[in-house]
Amino acid sequence: MKLKVTLAALAAATAAPAFAEGELNIYNWGNYTSPEMIEKFEKEYGIDVTITDYDSNDTALAKIKAGGHGFDIVVPSGTYVPIFISEGLLMESKPNEMENFKNMDPVWVDVEFDPGRNYTVPWQWGTVGMTVNTSVYDGDINTAAIILDPPDELKGKINVVPEMMDVMSTTIYYMGGDQCTTDKEVLKKVRDKLVEAKQHWLSMDYGNIEKYAKGDLSAGVNWNGASLRARLENEDIAFGYPVTGYPVWMDNAAILADAQNVENAKQFLNFIMDPENAAMLSNFARYANGIKGSEQYLDPVMASAPEVVVPDELKAAGKVSKTCPPEAQKIYTAIWTELQK
Amino acid sequence: MTDVAPVTARRQARARWLLLVPALTVLVFAASGPLLIVLIYSFLTPGDYGGVLWEPSAQGWFSVVFERDFFTDELSLADAHLSIFWRSVKLSLMTAALAFIFGFPTAYFIATRPKEKRDLWMLLIIIPFWTNLLIRTFAIAELIRNEGTVNTLLITMGVIDEPIQMLFTEFAILLGMAYVYLPLMVLPIYASLERLDFSLVEAGYDLYATRWRVLRKVIFPLAKPGVIAGSILVFVPSLGAYVTPRVLGGGKQLMLGNLIELQFGQGRNWPLGAALSLTLLAIVMVALLFYVRAAGGEEGRHG
Repeated sequence: MKLKVTLAALAAATAAPAFAEGELNIYNWGNYTSPEMIEKFEKEYGIDVTITDYDSNDTALAKIKAGGHGFDIVVPSGTYVPIFISEGLLMESKPNEMENFKNMDPVWVDVEFDPGRNYTVPWQWGTVGMTVNTSVYDGDINTAAIILDPPDELKGKINVVPEMMDVMSTTIYYMGGDQCTTDKEVLKKVRDKLVEAKQHWLSMDYGNIEKYAKGDLSAGVNWNGASLRARLENEDIAFGYPVTGYPVWMDNAAILADAQNVENAKQFLNFIMDPENAAMLSNFARYANGIKGSEQYLDPVMASAPEVVVPDELKAAGKVSKTCPPEAQKIYTAIWTELQK
Repeated sequence: MTDVAPVTARRQARARWLLLVPALTVLVFAASGPLLIVLIYSFLTPGDYGGVLWEPSAQGWFSVVFERDFFTDELSLADAHLSIFWRSVKLSLMTAALAFIFGFPTAYFIATRPKEKRDLWMLLIIIPFWTNLLIRTFAIAELIRNEGTVNTLLITMGVIDEPIQMLFTEFAILLGMAYVYLPLMVLPIYASLERLDFSLVEAGYDLYATRWRVLRKVIFPLAKPGVIAGSILVFVPSLGAYVTPRVLGGGKQLMLGNLIELQFGQGRNWPLGAALSLTLLAIVMVALLFYVRAAGGEEGRHG
C-alpha cells in the first residue's frame, strides 16, 4: 500500500515536467515584457518561460559575448542587431519562413539591420520627436526648430534627452544631411547649430514625464511613449514629428547562436507575430509593434494616440536608425563632447 | 648581545610583513590589478563597437589634451576636455570651501558640548549617511526645482514673483556636493577640536586677545590637520562625482566622471576613457601630495 502511494507520487513528480514540454529563457529590457502574453504562451505550449532583465544594449552585448549565459532569446535595438550578427551571436533562425510571418507589416520586412528578416522579429518600435506643451507654444510642432531654433516662449524650458545618436540624427536631418553622414560641410553646420541652440536648453536629462506634466519643462526631444504618458497626465502635452526627418527605432527579438531551447524559441518568435499577442506587448509597453491587424486588439488610448499612430503626411520623414560606421561615430562623439563641455 | 639584536629585528620584520599580508592582498588584487588593466587599455586602439583592439596606440593619451579639428585637421588643445577638467577642479575646490564654511562651526559647536551630549550630535551628523546618495540627491532636486518647496515658499511669501532657476545650474551641483560630503568635513575637524585643550583658549583671553584673534591664532592652528584632512576627503570624491552633476546639473555641464562614462558608453572610445580615468587619478595624487607635505610641515613645526 505504502509502496503504491510512493510510486504514485513518483509518477506524478516525473509527470509534471513531462507536462511542461520544456523551457525558454528570455533576456530582455526591464519592464518590457507583457506578463499576460507570457502566461498565454506558457499555457498554449506548456513551456516554462524565465525572463531576465537588462538596462542597455551594451549590457546585453557584453554579457552575451562573455558566454555561459543560458539565454535563448535576446531583444536588441535595430542599431545593435548588425553588431550582434557580425559578432556571430545570433542564430539565422529564418523567421521569414514561419507561419505568422505573413502578419509582419511589409514596412518592417526589408530593414537595413536585417534585410528580409533572417534573424529577427519586431518587438516594439517608436519614434524620437518633439514633446511640446501647447499651452505655452501653439505654433507648428512638427519641426526640429522647437529645440534648434526655439521660439522665445520655449527658451530656457527645453530638455534634450542625452541620446547622442538620436540628437545628432535629428540635427543632421534639420541641416539637410543624411543619417551617418561624414560630410564635413554638413557636420560643421550641425556643430555650430547645436552649440548655438544649447544656450536655450535647460537640461539634457532622462526621465522627464513628471517635469513635462507639471510644467517645469515646456518642450524637448523625447520618445513617443514617454510623451504619451506625459499627455495622459496633462492634456496640453503634444508630440511633434520633425518634417525634416526624425529617428525611428525598433527593438527586435532574436534567437541566440548558442540557445539551448531552439524549437521553443522559434515557437515564441512565431507566437509574437500573431496580431493579438503583439497587441498584448504594446498594451503593456505603450509602444507600437510591427504586426498588421494588431490595431483591433489595442487599448483605445493606444489605438488613437497621435504619439503612436504617425500621421500619414509625416510617415515618410521617419528614418529607421542604423549603425553608423566608426569614422562617423568618432566625429559625432567629438561634437557631442564639445556640446557638453 | 651582538647576535640578539638582528634576530629580534628579523622577527619583527617578519611579523610586520605577515600583518601586512591582508592589506597587500587587497591592494594588489583590488587596486593595483584593475589599475594595471586601465593603464594597459589606455595604450590600446578602440574597438569599432566598444572594447579594445590589441594594437598599441598613444592616441588615447594624446586625445586627453589635444584634438585634431575634424574640419581643418588642425592640431589644437582639446578645449572641451580642458573646460571639463577645469570645471571639475573648480567645483571641487568650491565644494571643499563651502563644506569648510559650514563644517567648521558645526564641528566647533559639537566639540564644545558636554562630553555625554557629543555622541548624540555626531549621530545627527551621520544619520543622512544612512540614506542612499541617489535619494538624497533627488530630494535636493525636489527642494530647488521651479515648482519645488523653496520657490513655492518664496512666491507665497511674496519675496519673488517668478521662480528662481536653481536646478540644473552649477550652484545646484555645488549645493548637492557640499551637502552630501559635509560629514566628511565635520568628522576630522571634530576629531582635532575634541583633543583641543581649552585652557589654551582661556590663556589667550587672559592675554587680552580678541575672540577673532583667539580663533585665528589658537584654535585654527590646532584644528588645521583636521581641516586639511577634511578638505581632501571632500575634494577627492567631488572630483570624480557622477550622480550629483548628472541629476542636479541636468547633464548639460559635464564633470570628469560624466566625461569618462561617455567614452565607455555612447562614445565607444575605451582607451580615451581609460586615459581620462588615469588623469583624474593623477589630479587626486597631486592633492594627496599637497596633503602629505602640509601635514608633514605641521609635525615639523611642533617637533
